[in-house]
Amino acid sequence: MTDTAKTDTASFTARIDEGSGNKIITIERNDETYDFIVGSAPEGTDIWQRVPYDVDDYGSVADFRTDFDHADPTYNPNAPEVWKELREGGCPVAHSDRYGGMWVPLTNDTVTEVAYDTENFTSRSVVVNVGRPGDRALPAPIGGAPPITSDPPFHNMARRLLLPAFAPKMIEPWEPEIQRLCQKLLDEMGDIIPGESVVDAAVQYAQNIPVNVIGRMLGFPEKDEALFRQFVHDVLERINEEPGTREGGDDLGVYIQQQIEDHRANPREDLTSYLMNVELDGNKLEDNVVGGMVILLLVAGIDTTWSAIGSSLWHLAQHPEDHQRLLDDPEVMTFALEEFLRAYAPVTMARLVAKDNDFHGCPMKKDDWVLLPFPAANRDPMKFEDPDAFIVDREENRHAAFGLGIHRCLGSNLARLELKVAIEEFIKRFPRFELAGDTRWSVGQIRGPRELPVRILEVAN
Amino acid sequence: MRVHLDAEKCQGHNRCYALAPEIFDVDDYGQAILLVEGDVPEELHDKARLAASNCPEYAITITDNG
Repeated sequence: MTDTAKTDTASFTARIDEGSGNKIITIERNDETYDFIVGSAPEGTDIWQRVPYDVDDYGSVADFRTDFDHADPTYNPNAPEVWKELREGGCPVAHSDRYGGMWVPLTNDTVTEVAYDTENFTSRSVVVNVGRPGDRALPAPIGGAPPITSDPPFHNMARRLLLPAFAPKMIEPWEPEIQRLCQKLLDEMGDIIPGESVVDAAVQYAQNIPVNVIGRMLGFPEKDEALFRQFVHDVLERINEEPGTREGGDDLGVYIQQQIEDHRANPREDLTSYLMNVELDGNKLEDNVVGGMVILLLVAGIDTTWSAIGSSLWHLAQHPEDHQRLLDDPEVMTFALEEFLRAYAPVTMARLVAKDNDFHGCPMKKDDWVLLPFPAANRDPMKFEDPDAFIVDREENRHAAFGLGIHRCLGSNLARLELKVAIEEFIKRFPRFELAGDTRWSVGQIRGPRELPVRILEVAN
Repeated sequence: MRVHLDAEKCQGHNRCYALAPEIFDVDDYGQAILLVEGDVPEELHDKARLAASNCPEYAITITDNG
């Protein structure tokens, strides 16, 4: 237990601002005062601002050094080459005028430094897009914002509400259930003719695993999986579209509220009920806070793990020697799992610059975006020997696939388990497979195959 | 050999618990707990080194004696 979780010195007062009609909440905690606005985030206010937007500014990238855009369709398929080229060309931090201004550290040292520096870099928004929260948006756990988008001192309180549900000993018991799910998905591929049958390992397999697991943990109806996936797609991939065109969020808010009400009427033991009953300072969380946490779990838990599973299978389809080693020596999975995570880390996070600062000669201005490409940090030759080689039994591997510092991925234990089981079941069923056509990669901060046709060469009896 | 855990640096990655469960446990929040006070038995030296060299936060250090 750390004392930062205590809130006994905090006090809250609320008033209505006469000019705007907004509700203002003042929080005094540990002799510091914070003023926040409660509202529905209209554009151009202190809660939500859109950056100047012109669709013509978001065309093809000619030079990633000065016009970096991770939403360029050429980026994700070639990201390791882009990082290498920039680093070797003497560009440890790239820049872009897109999204209202964005910096991109590319070395392990610079990524680490930003991740640890919560004074100069805020997590108020972690997905780069054409709008950004203002200074007075309410942080979790007082507002609807989950811990991933909060900073100290509030971050720890919000995070500790969720941590126990994702601790290793709570996640381990899910292993047999995830095995059954993976086997069911493999069964549903129907009759496979070795050497002929082509399956889509992303669409028919990888994408279904995390969405099913998190839906079950939350106690949501299985039939709604497609809805979660669409929502997550809107949040993570359509980042450079005209503001106001990404309307899925409102629908999801309504849907989650219905699920919360259903849990209230029909209490059951699952993660949604846990969140509805957990107490902070003796009070249960408001529905909008529970909803914010649920949205976090959906956004953070689906595309990410799906991408890691897909990339790992993409690798194995091209490296039968690694595939064979895993079959011959299943214990090597302990190291292979981390090597998949290092070499194919799916998640790039983001920060906003909290105050003007000079970052190794980069004049960072308040409200500039900073992209945090942990996958690039994982392939920095200053940190990893032979970083672009996949070494199935790499023993020393301090990779940052789950981030570094206080925002370490909350679901890392679940993600690891899903990735491990998904790979094990796939290679057990299909001891040999190869790429069969074009892989389509995602767009944006989460990197992984969205279409991954593979030809099955052998089926286990 | 002695193992030291810096609880302030630990962010709950759980790498040590996965690699060396004889030396590390985790609490309800996923934070590492050092199980071995004092000298680490010879047969666990390799696991201790493995845990230390895989901690992303550099929270584990090893000293030879003392």
